[in-house]
Amino acid sequence: MIKFNIKDLNIWFGSIYALKHVSMEIQANEILSIIGPSNSGKTTFLRMLNRLNDLNQSFKMTGAIKLEQEDLSSIDAEFLRKKVGMVFALPLPLPLSIFENVAYGVRMQGIKDKKVLAQTVENSLKESYLWEEVQNRLSESAFKLSGGQQQRLCIARTLAVQPEVILFDEPCSGLDPISTAKVEDAMVKLKEKYTIVLVTNNVKQAARVGDRTAFFLNGELIELDKTDKIFTVPADKRTDGYVRGEFG
Amino acid sequence: MRNPHRTQNIAFFFLLLATLLIVIPVGLIVVIIIQKGLPAINWQFLSDMPRQGMRAGGIFPAIVGTIYLVTGAIIFALPIGLLAAIYLSEYSKDNLVNRLIKLSIVNLAGVPSVVYGLFGLALFVVFFKFGASILSGSLTLGIMILPVIITTSREALESVPYSFREVSLSLGASKWQTIRHIVLPNAIPGILTGTILGLGRAAGETAPILFTVAAFYLPRLPDSIFDQAMALPYHLYVISTQVPNVDEKIRYGTAFVLLALVLFMNLIAIIIRYKFRKKKKW
Repeated sequence: MIKFNIKDLNIWFGSIYALKHVSMEIQANEILSIIGPSNSGKTTFLRMLNRLNDLNQSFKMTGAIKLEQEDLSSIDAEFLRKKVGMVFALPLPLPLSIFENVAYGVRMQGIKDKKVLAQTVENSLKESYLWEEVQNRLSESAFKLSGGQQQRLCIARTLAVQPEVILFDEPCSGLDPISTAKVEDAMVKLKEKYTIVLVTNNVKQAARVGDRTAFFLNGELIELDKTDKIFTVPADKRTDGYVRGEFG
Repeated sequence: MRNPHRTQNIAFFFLLLATLLIVIPVGLIVVIIIQKGLPAINWQFLSDMPRQGMRAGGIFPAIVGTIYLVTGAIIFALPIGLLAAIYLSEYSKDNLVNRLIKLSIVNLAGVPSVVYGLFGLALFVVFFKFGASILSGSLTLGIMILPVIITTSREALESVPYSFREVSLSLGASKWQTIRHIVLPNAIPGILTGTILGLGRAAGETAPILFTVAAFYLPRLPDSIFDQAMALPYHLYVISTQVPNVDEKIRYGTAFVLLALVLFMNLIAIIIRYKFRKKKKW
C-alpha cells in the first residue's frame, strides 16, 4: 500500500530553492532512509510530510503530496500531525515530568481520564523500550534522563498519539553507539505497525535499518531504490561516491 | 616605551571610578533616608490619619491610597499587556506594521510621566467624566506601565526555546494549546518580574497621579473607586514644598515608607527570578 505519494515537489525558503522536482512514493510499513550531505534538502523534505515547514514565513511550495489519496494541504494541520509523528534530531523533552511528556499529546486531544492516560503512557514507554528503566520514576523531570533515554522518551511521546507514520530526523546524531543501537532496535520493531521515514547523516545506519534508501543531493532526489542496491550497485555515480564516503 | 600593564591599571581605575560614581549617590540616598526617616517610624505613624494640617499624626491614608492605585493599575495593565505580548511574540508576522508597533511600545516607555498625567486628565478625568478618582489614577498609571509589562513579557515569551513549540505542534497540539501549556508556564517568572518592576514604578510616580487622583489633604479613607485618594509620592511632595513647618522627621519618614515599599517590590521580583532560574531545566 502506498502511504505518501509525492509529485513534482518544489520548495523555496525566500530566494533559496531548497527542493527541486522531487517525486516519490513511500510504502506503508517500510523504513525509508533518506541520506545525503548536509543542505541536500533531506530535513526540508521530512518536515514537508507533517507540514512543519508551514511555520516558516518565507516558505513556498509547488507540486502535490498525497497521504492515502488525500491532498496534504486539504488536511487540517493538527489532525495531520496526529497521524504523522516526528522525532527530532536532538532529544527534546518538554520541561515536564517523564509521565507528562508522554501524556502531553493525548492530553491535548482532550483526554482527561487518569486510567486511560496511565495506560497510554505505559504502553508507549514499553513500545519504545524505556518502561523498565523509568517505571519507578515517572514523576521525575524528563531532563534527569540520559540522552539516549530522552530520545526513547521522545519516541514514546510520539507513539502515544497513535500515529500511522513516524518521521525521524537524524534521531541518533547526539547519541553514543549503545544508545544508537537501542533506538535502531526500536525502529526496526516499530515498522510492523508504523511507516517510518528516517533522515540520517549516518550512511551505515541507513544500511542497517532501511528497507529502501533515497539519496538527496543539492535539493534533488538522485536515486531511490532497495537499500541493498543503493549500497552495492547504485545506478548513479554520485550515489556510489557518497555511500563510499568520497564526499560528505 | 608604553607600559601595557600601567595602561591597564589606568583603565581599571577609571572603570572603577565610574562605577563608584553610580553607586555612591544611590548608597547615600538610602543611608540618609534611613538615618533621618527610621526614627519617625512607629505603629502610630503608619496607622494614623494625618492631623493638624499634616504636621502631625500618621500617613495611613496615603499608604492605603498608593496600594489601591497600584492594585488598580495592575488589574488593568497586566491582562492587556500580557495579551499584547502574546500577540506580538507568537502571532504577529514580521512586517513593517508590526515592527512599527514594537518600536512605538519601546518608545512609549521613554515618555515623561507628566505627559501620561496630562493624557490621563484629558481622557479619563474629563472625557470619560471619571473625575479625579482612584479609577482615573489607576488607569493612567496602568497605561504608563503597559510598555514595561509588554516589553518584559515579550522577552520572557521569546526566551522560551523555539524547539519546544515545534515539539508541541508536532504532537498535534494547536497553536493556542502550545502557548497555553508550554510557552506561558515557562515565561511566567519573566512576566512576573516585569510586572513587579512596573508596580514599583507605578508606586513611586507623582506626575501621573497629580492631575488624576491625588488629594492634597483627605484625612479619611476613600469610599469607592470614584473617590479621590492621597498617595505617598504626592503626599511627600505636598509636605515638603506646600505646607510650611512640617517636622523633618515626618518628611523623611514618609520618604522612607515609600522607598521601602518600592525596594520591597523589587526584592520580591529578584527572589522570584532567582528561584525560577534555579529551577530552569534547559
